[in-house]
Amino acid sequence: MAKNSIKISANVADTVRPALAGADRHPGWHALRSIAARVTTPLLPDDYLKLANPLWSARELRGRVLEVRRETEDSATLVIKPGWGFSFDYEPGQYVGIGVLMDGRWRWRSYSLTSTPVTGAAPTSKVGRSAKTITITVKAMPEGFLSSHLVGGLSPGTVVRLAAPQGNFVMPDPAPASVLFLTAGSGITPVMSMLRTLERRKQIGDVVHVHSAPTASDVMFGGELAEMAEAHDGYRLRLRATRTDGRLDLSRLDDEVPDWRDRQTWACGPEGMLNDAEKTWSAVGIAERLHLERFAQSRVAVHGQGGTVEFARSGKTVTVDAATPLMDAGESVGVRMPFGCRMGICQSCVVALVDGHVRDLRSGAEHEPGSRIQTCISAASGDCVLDV
Amino acid sequence: MAITDVPAFAHLTDADIENLGAELDAIRQDIEDSRGESDARYIRRTIAAQRALEVAGRLMLTASSRRSAWWAGTVTLGVAKIIENMEIGHNVMHGQWDWMNDPEIHSSTWEWDMSGASKHWRFTHNFMHHKYTNILGMDDDVGYGVIRVTRDAKWKPFNLYGNLLFNTLLAIGFEWGVGLQHLELGKIFKGRDDRKATLVRVREFGVKAGHQVLKDYVAYPALTSLSPGATYKSTLKANAVANVIRNVWANAVIFCGHFPDGAEKFTKTDMVGETKGQWYLRQMLGSANFEAGPGLRFMSGNLCHQIEHHLYPDLPSNRLHQIGVRVREVCEKYDLPYTTGNFAVQYGKTWRTIAKLSLPDKYLRDTRDDAPETRSERMFAVLDSDSGSGFVATTDPTTGRRRGLNTAIATVREWRRTKRDTKSAA
Repeated sequence: MAKNSIKISANVADTVRPALAGADRHPGWHALRSIAARVTTPLLPDDYLKLANPLWSARELRGRVLEVRRETEDSATLVIKPGWGFSFDYEPGQYVGIGVLMDGRWRWRSYSLTSTPVTGAAPTSKVGRSAKTITITVKAMPEGFLSSHLVGGLSPGTVVRLAAPQGNFVMPDPAPASVLFLTAGSGITPVMSMLRTLERRKQIGDVVHVHSAPTASDVMFGGELAEMAEAHDGYRLRLRATRTDGRLDLSRLDDEVPDWRDRQTWACGPEGMLNDAEKTWSAVGIAERLHLERFAQSRVAVHGQGGTVEFARSGKTVTVDAATPLMDAGESVGVRMPFGCRMGICQSCVVALVDGHVRDLRSGAEHEPGSRIQTCISAASGDCVLDV
Repeated sequence: MAITDVPAFAHLTDADIENLGAELDAIRQDIEDSRGESDARYIRRTIAAQRALEVAGRLMLTASSRRSAWWAGTVTLGVAKIIENMEIGHNVMHGQWDWMNDPEIHSSTWEWDMSGASKHWRFTHNFMHHKYTNILGMDDDVGYGVIRVTRDAKWKPFNLYGNLLFNTLLAIGFEWGVGLQHLELGKIFKGRDDRKATLVRVREFGVKAGHQVLKDYVAYPALTSLSPGATYKSTLKANAVANVIRNVWANAVIFCGHFPDGAEKFTKTDMVGETKGQWYLRQMLGSANFEAGPGLRFMSGNLCHQIEHHLYPDLPSNRLHQIGVRVREVCEKYDLPYTTGNFAVQYGKTWRTIAKLSLPDKYLRDTRDDAPETRSERMFAVLDSDSGSGFVATTDPTTGRRRGLNTAIATVREWRRTKRDTKSAA
């Protein structure tokens, strides 16, 4: 027992102060909130107001589900009214994070917005309500715990959490002269937002849309797409029922869309289709005309192995096994990790898990992206990204 | 002085301790697996009720010129602060609700309604106190550097008046004691601190404490003075008293956790090689519960279950009562003490110890190896010398009951009583 050589040190993570969404857009409100916060400190006025109405808080973006509209047998559109702080000037094609309470836990997924943005320039022409709502369309994945819950188990009135819209798979304004949309299955969702926006902006000039689904009844937004094709000569829709017609062979795209090389293309669908598209477009040297959106693969199986850990803020990475605590992993490459007890009891080392999964070394429980984790007792379960 | 060899003191073999650890781990797993919607609802409702109570108290104080309204508002506000600090803040910062993945009820974001900064508390309490529980010289909560709470600490002349005085002052100004703890004023005065780190902490504390003081002693009094039924001064006094109510109560509950008779102290160890089972054991021996019904349990932030809280600092507080039933069974099985008692009696014992320890050792009857507030494995040596064989942990062949620490302590007590009786008879 080295009695006097015990050196106790720690690097306790700062208490994360609430970030207020939209503070910069409403300076007047923000000033008022700052004054009121003098008497509500250490809380914010929002923390009291949200007890009266959950949407009256800009501390965490929230929304209320107004309607769950069935699209096909296994998909539904959620109409959500966002609360304070949500910005409607997103870009068509972007996705939004949605957090849903399940068994007492908030669980997060990202889905493409299918609604049209409200920008400062665009008139809020449509019905007043739709201007202040967003929609996402969700397909229930087999064994997809959360997606099934969203499609089948969510009732109107449910309060959900939201993350600000993001993503680079977007339609510019003004739109390019000629466009090709290449979609399959639920890959149509971001494109739906683009189409609706193009229609609203009256920018449908020359759009070809090749969409694949197993059968005609599996086509999301089937009715609306048909109406759109009817109403606009510039919008040509080619539906492909893959169960009878087979999958679209991109090497024979010339048969479907002879001038595809001249078009700006947005493609979204299964991994295989996107990989093929990437090869096809690169082969003729026009990769810059192809825009891709890959949905994150929902991980069903529990992963026990280690992986590559990325420390987002410090920009360092390290590959570790499944038994190495993430704290040790970070320290081994010189990241200044927050730390305390190193035995899982003090919460000094809690950081956000941005992406990937980690496993609790004590209980084996898996943590999802979007949660905060104790690095001293968690190990990588596949590749992951930490906010430190 | 204090326990050095925990297994020897507990009369448990390495295998016993490993089994003990496994049994306690199993309890933890059961609770983790069953956390769900009803637990989440409990904390959300508790938070909503606390905020409503606080608003109600503040509103009552808009009539604080009237004596009845002043008292009603002051007590309501004091109770609201107690709930915020104990059942909500303390437990949220321990990560008891982190499993909900709710950023608004999370150890990494919670800032509590008292002058100390949450970040500092996570260091002094979550880390130092919960890892090095009751280890002399490592867990600063053993006397907070000013009170002699165990005769293991050397007596100093200022203890003569300081022990009771500082204990009273700490109770009244507990939030300031807690808030300043991480600044390590003693070290600063002796010039043994890391100046840069100190400055950072002083700033962090200053910002937090400044906001708190501004709120309770400037902003609210000014706001309520706009009401015809209140004055600046009436609200200021009410807020000060509400803070003191909270301070005294929080201090009492916390002192009941580690300073009543039977809560053991430990000598310095580097903890290298301490197994999970040994850590559990140290937590159990060093903590004390008190008996509480649902009301007292809630108002103590479930810290009437200090033993369970120390075993599982990050399990939800609303489950500690249920966990307690099983922990008690484990204690009985291994013949370990499960220190508990009436709240007033337990709190009285902490005052009794502190009063006694104002005196130098020569006026104290018990030795450092066998005193109410501290014992060591050496207390059993008397049995060795007396019978020659000493006390050996056994299992009763007929009942299957283990004869361990509890039996050993009773045997020593019996031996001392007999010795005293024979002495007085002679």
